[in-house]
Amino acid sequence: MFGYYLDLALRSLRRSKTLATMMVMALAVGIGASMTTLTVAHLLSGDPVPGHSATLYHPQLNPTMPPRLVHEPTSAMDYRSAMDLWSAHRADRQTLVASSPVKVRVEGSGEPPLPRQVLLTTSDFFPMFDVPFRYGGPWAPTDEGPHARVVVISSTLNEQLFGGANSVGRSLRLRDSDVRIVGVMAPWRPAPRFYDIWQGRYRHGNTESFYNDPEDIYTPVATGLDIFAGQVPGVPVHFCWDMGADGKSMQTAPCAWLSLWVQLSSPAKVHNYAEFLKGYAQQQKRLGRYTSDQTRLQSLMQWLEWNRVVPGTVRMQAWMAQAFLLICLVNTVGLLLTRFLRRSGEIGVRRAMGASRRAVFTQCLVEAGLIGLLGGVGGWLLTLLGLWMVRQQPVAYADLAHLDLPMFFGTFAMSLAASLLAGVLPALRASRVPIGFQLKTL
Amino acid sequence: MPIRPILRALRHHRFTTALIVLEIALACAVLCNASFIVAGKLSLMHIRSGIDEPALAVVTLDNFERQRADDLNARVVNGLRKIDGMQSVDLVSGLPFLGAGGESVSPDREGKRGSYLTSFYFGDPGALPALGIALTAGRLPRDSDVVPDDATIVQSVITRSLADRLWPHANPLGKVLWCCHGTGGFQVIGVARELIQAMPRDDISVGNAIFTPQRSGPMLAGQYLLRADPARVNEVLRKARAAMATLAPDATVDDEHTGTLGDLRHRYFRSDQATADMLMGTMVALLAITALGIVGLTGYWVQQRRKQIGIRRAVGATRRDILRHFQIENFLIVGMGIALGVLLTYAFDVALMKFYELPHLPPAYLLVGAIVLWLLGQLAVLGPALRAAAVPPVVATRSV
Repeated sequence: MFGYYLDLALRSLRRSKTLATMMVMALAVGIGASMTTLTVAHLLSGDPVPGHSATLYHPQLNPTMPPRLVHEPTSAMDYRSAMDLWSAHRADRQTLVASSPVKVRVEGSGEPPLPRQVLLTTSDFFPMFDVPFRYGGPWAPTDEGPHARVVVISSTLNEQLFGGANSVGRSLRLRDSDVRIVGVMAPWRPAPRFYDIWQGRYRHGNTESFYNDPEDIYTPVATGLDIFAGQVPGVPVHFCWDMGADGKSMQTAPCAWLSLWVQLSSPAKVHNYAEFLKGYAQQQKRLGRYTSDQTRLQSLMQWLEWNRVVPGTVRMQAWMAQAFLLICLVNTVGLLLTRFLRRSGEIGVRRAMGASRRAVFTQCLVEAGLIGLLGGVGGWLLTLLGLWMVRQQPVAYADLAHLDLPMFFGTFAMSLAASLLAGVLPALRASRVPIGFQLKTL
Repeated sequence: MPIRPILRALRHHRFTTALIVLEIALACAVLCNASFIVAGKLSLMHIRSGIDEPALAVVTLDNFERQRADDLNARVVNGLRKIDGMQSVDLVSGLPFLGAGGESVSPDREGKRGSYLTSFYFGDPGALPALGIALTAGRLPRDSDVVPDDATIVQSVITRSLADRLWPHANPLGKVLWCCHGTGGFQVIGVARELIQAMPRDDISVGNAIFTPQRSGPMLAGQYLLRADPARVNEVLRKARAAMATLAPDATVDDEHTGTLGDLRHRYFRSDQATADMLMGTMVALLAITALGIVGLTGYWVQQRRKQIGIRRAVGATRRDILRHFQIENFLIVGMGIALGVLLTYAFDVALMKFYELPHLPPAYLLVGAIVLWLLGQLAVLGPALRAAAVPPVVATRSV
C-alpha cells in the first residue's frame, strides 16, 4: 500500500510543480536556517575532551584580600598556592596552565620573529587532555626544573617554521633563550580552549575569544618563568589583589595567574580531593595568607557551564532561526491543507469506492512526508551553504563550522518530523471530506 | 463595502483563517524584534567617537623589553616622523575601538557618592590635539603636567559627560576624582567636548573617558598614534608598518591592534555587523515566505468560491466589488494577525530583555511592522483577487 501512496504523492507533486517547488523551498529555507545555527551552537557547546572530560576537575580557591573582597573563587591561583597543590600530587594527574605572548624564530633563518602564544604548563597536560603527537612526545617530568630548555610545538607552527618536517631535536629562539623541541603535536583543536578561559560569566555573552586556536608553544612553568625572567607578560594586572605587585617576580607576586587542573577517576577520589582542597584553604586562612577559605571543585563540563561559553550572538541567532522555522511550518500547514482540499473531489471518489478514512489520512501523510524528505535534501544543501558562510566570517570559531554526522541525520529527521507534524491537521481535514457533497459537485 | 458579509464568509474558513492569522502574528513578532535589534546594532556601529577618525591610524608593538622602552620609543617615533605625509606621531596607551584600561571612578575618595565605569587613555601631551579633541573648558595638557608614574594624583582631561555625571552643578576644573579604592586620583585640568569610551557596548557609560598625559617609559610604550591627511592615511600606515622591521627589529607588530581608525572600528563591530546581516537576511526570507503562504491560501479560496463569485457577479456585483471583497478580507485577517502579533512581540521582547539585556521595544517598531505586513498582505492577495474578479458570471449557471 505504501508504494501506491508514494506513487500517488509523486503524481500529485508533478501535477502542480510550481506550488510543490515553493513548498519544498520554504521548508528547505526554514530547515537550512535552523540547522545552520543549531549546528554552530551544538559544535560550540560540545565536549572539548570527548571520552574523559568527566574525570577532569578545576579546583579553585578564593585568595582575595582587602580592599578587593570578592565573593567568588578566582579562575586562577597565585604561584605559591598553585605550586603547593600541584606538588602535593593528590590527584591521578595534575597540571598547571598560564598563557602568555612571546616572540619566536628559528636561529639563523633570517626571518623576523613571529608573535605567538606560549603555554606555561607541566608534562601531565598532554596525557590529561588527550593531546595527539605527530613527532616525539611530552617532556619528561624530570625536565620541570628551571634550567631545562624544552618545548612542544603545535602542528601549525611546525608547518610554518619547518614545512611540516620532523623538527624534534631542532632548536627555537624563544624571547632571548634557545629551546629544544621535544615534541610536535598532531592537529589539536579543543573547542572551547577550556583550560584557560576566565570570567566568562561576566562577559555578557562576549565569549568568542574562548574559541581561539590553542597555543603554538608549550614549555614547563619553571622554564617559562626563567625565560621571562620571572615576569610573565600575559598576566593581566587586574588579577593582582595588591597594588604593590608591579615589578615583583610572578613567583612571589600576589596575583592569580596559574590555573590548576586535576584528573580524578572515581567519585571517591573527587570527594577526597575536595576535602584536601578545603583543608588547604583553611590552613592558608589560619596562616593569614588568605581571608577566605572558600573552595570550589567543578568538573570540566560544569566549568564550561559556569563560564557560559557559548557566545550570546550564537544563542540569539539559534533562537531567531527556530522562530523562523516555526513560521515556515505554519506556512507548510496552510499550503498542505490547500493541496489536499483542492483534491476533495478525488478524495470523495476514493472514499465512495471504499477507501477508509484511515487510508486517505495515510495517503496524505505520505505526501507530506515526501515533501519533508525533499525539503530535507534542500535544507541539507542550504545548511552546507550556511556553514560555508559562517566559515567565511572573521570569527574565532569559523573553522569549526562543519556538519557532523549527528547533525546531518538531524537535518533529515527534523525536516521529516516537521512536515509530518505539519501534515497531520490537513490530512485529518482531508480524510473528513463528506463523500456525497463532493461527488455531486464533480 | 460592508464588512459583516466578509466576516460571515470567513467563518466558513475558520481553520485556514486561523493559520494565516498565526503566521502573520509570528512574522510580526520576529520582524519587530529583529528590526529592533538590527537598528540597535546599526546605531551602535555608527556611534560618534569624538576623535578625528579619518586622519588617524595606530601601530601597536608587542614582545619588546619594557625595561628598555625609552630607547624603542625614541627609535620608532623618530623613524616614523620621517615618513612622507606623516603629520604627527604620538605615544598612546589605549584608543576608542582598540581597548584601554578601565575602572569605576567616584567624585570622592571613599567611592560613596556614586561610581562610573570609565576608560583611561594615556599618551604623551601631544596625543590629545592629534586626536582632534576640542575642549569646552580648561586647557590642553602640557609637558609640565606629566607626573612620575608612581604619583597618587595625576593631571587629566576628562569628558564633558563624565564631568556632568560626577559634578552635575559644579565647575569640574581643579577637582579630583578617584578610582581604584582611593589609591589613585585624577585632577581635572581640562574638559573635552566629546570622547567615547574604549569599548562602546551600552548606553550607560557612553562618553566616560579620561585622558592622562604620561612620559615615555615602561608604562607608555609600543603604541603609536599616527596622523596624516585623510586621503593619505592608508599609504602612510602601510609605510609605517613596513618600516617597523628596521625601526624595531626587537619587537613584533601586533596586527590585530594595528590599522587606521576606520579599520579598528570595522574590526571592533564585525560581529555586530554579522548579526545584523544575518537578521536582515532572515527578515527578507520571512516576508517572502509569509507572502507565499497568503498567495497559496487565498488562491485556494478563490478556486473554492468560484461558484459563489459567479452568482454574485450574476446578480450585479462588479469586478471591482469582487476585488474589494478579497482585499478587505485580507486586510481584516492581517489585522487580526497583527493584534495577536502585538502580544507575541512583547512576549519575545521580554524574553530578549531577560537574556540579552536589551532595552524595551519602542511602539514605533510595532506600527512600522504592522504597516509593512498590511502592505505585504495587499501585495500578496492582489494576484488571487484579480483572478477572482475575472470569474465570469456565467459560472453561476454551470453544473449545479
